[in-house]
Amino acid sequence: MTPQEFIAYEARLLDEARYDDWLTLFAADGRYWVPLKGAAQAEGEPHNALADEDHLLLSLRVQRLKNPKAHSQHPRSRSQHVLQVSQQLKGDAYSCELHTPFLYIESRGSRQLLLAGSATHRLVRAGDAWRIRLKRVDLLDAGEPLPAIQLFP
Amino acid sequence: MALTRKDIQALVQDDRVHRDLYVSQELFALEQRHFFANTWQFVGHASQVPAAGDYFSVEIASQPLLMVRQADGGIRVLHNRCAHKGMPLSTDACGNTGKFWRCPYHAWTYKLDGTPLAFPMKKGYEGTRMPESEAGQGMGAVKDVEVYRDFVFCKFSEGGPDFRSFFGGVLAAIDNLVDRSPTGKLRVEGGILRNVIHCNWKMYLENINDTVHPQSAHESATQAANLLWQGKPADEPKPMAMEQILPFGAGYDFFDRMGGRVYPNGHSMLGVNFSIHSGYAQVPEYEAALQAAHGAERTAEILQRSPQNSVFFPSLAVKSSPQAIRVIRPLAADRTLVEAWSFRVDGAPDLLFERSMTYNRLVFSPMSVVAHDDVHLFESIQQGLQSDHNEWVSLHRDFDASELEGGTREVNGTNELLMRNQFRAWARYMTVDME
Ligand code: FES
Ligand SMILES: [Fe+2]
Repeated sequence: MTPQEFIAYEARLLDEARYDDWLTLFAADGRYWVPLKGAAQAEGEPHNALADEDHLLLSLRVQRLKNPKAHSQHPRSRSQHVLQVSQQLKGDAYSCELHTPFLYIESRGSRQLLLAGSATHRLVRAGDAWRIRLKRVDLLDAGEPLPAIQLFP
Repeated sequence: MALTRKDIQALVQDDRVHRDLYVSQELFALEQRHFFANTWQFVGHASQVPAAGDYFSVEIASQPLLMVRQADGGIRVLHNRCAHKGMPLSTDACGNTGKFWRCPYHAWTYKLDGTPLAFPMKKGYEGTRMPESEAGQGMGAVKDVEVYRDFVFCKFSEGGPDFRSFFGGVLAAIDNLVDRSPTGKLRVEGGILRNVIHCNWKMYLENINDTVHPQSAHESATQAANLLWQGKPADEPKPMAMEQILPFGAGYDFFDRMGGRVYPNGHSMLGVNFSIHSGYAQVPEYEAALQAAHGAERTAEILQRSPQNSVFFPSLAVKSSPQAIRVIRPLAADRTLVEAWSFRVDGAPDLLFERSMTYNRLVFSPMSVVAHDDVHLFESIQQGLQSDHNEWVSLHRDFDASELEGGTREVNGTNELLMRNQFRAWARYMTVDME
């Protein structure tokens, strides 16, 4: 898989609700980060995030989604990522960084939520596969009042 | 036919409330004029406007407002409306206006306190009634503003209780939060998490006092956390996230024993004995700094109190540890804005600030794993109340006729008195200025 193919594959796993498979794409020290200021937030700035999850918290999220007592998943949420072509910002054979603008739709019952933003993926090579060291999601409206976002933009 | 004082009071019975309180748009409109005007609302924190000319915009009960730092160091709350034709003086969320306000439309200007300064083409107004009219009076400031240890509150109506007699004993919760700083200073930092929830604001506020729901409502989150944490040795240091999520799974007995206290006018404190925040790891260097400032005895007293929630009815809920507040801003009968603010405690290590941000992110973010179930329940209840089968919401648990005397009272932590107390205050301040 090229890094670009990897990004498309990652989104597909999410939209097909294959969360356990999705988790395996993360490196052991991988991080999923949705900063509260969106793209304006510098890395390391002491500012909050809508989500900032290491492997443990991501697993917690995935476990919870599987739990029949996850009340907010009755009915289930569905997601659709509409990705622009990923741009490779830097990289070599062992690591790379890509920028992918997207539209994200999350729907549940008859209610639909549309979010726009861009993702930055920092990938590392692990054997013959890519792994996510960082997935940073910059939402256009990160600091605005938002309804519940239950899955993974 | 318009609702009368009697109609409204009939909606709040001793041990139950009518669903109209949550679903009626007509009542919501009346709340704006009566209830919110007659009670003290949280506006903001002084640390958001450190320098003269700094402002922060906020909307309370549909009123667009600006909290502004004055040249003399004071804080005022102005109506964000140009005296000429209604243009807001700022449409930014915050900023610095300099030495005066200047309207972008026709360049009328105002002093920092909102009084008129100048306007172009002065001659055209000579001999007109403009200077004596509302337009000549400037932006207008909210008269009743109180800055309590840097927490800014306001009240719109002229009558009604003064600040101290309205909040009374619950102010101890702000004291406890501020006293956690060796220098007595807090700063709002790290950003504000903003949620729109499709439910009535009273439902959200009521839930802040609801200790019976965590075991069933948050089962999915706590089971997932337990699953990931099980088998770890007891002395293994917990990651902050685990330290904060696991206690949500405590049983009925824990929540019952934590105790609650109600104050007159709808305020309450939950977890007067202990709370889900009591088990956070101690920070020796921080304790030493506090002891240097307050002495050992006082420090112990400050740190051993960490109530679950203190409700400053109707717009603010405070957690003194982990230094977080929630601000409740009603938008419509079925829509509420809930904000979670983090504080940096001056003179304390970064760990405390991280604790505040982490807690808010894990529990109150639109992407929180804990809140998803709460939000789903509130939004679903809003639908469920459409059922004509039963028009009443039960608040019977631990009702005791003697509680009708009012006053400050201590009860068990699962007692629905904490909610009944809110609704009694609602009925009172909703109708106090009605025929
Ligand atoms: S509306 Fe402000 S100057 Fe005309
Ligand atoms: Fe809850």
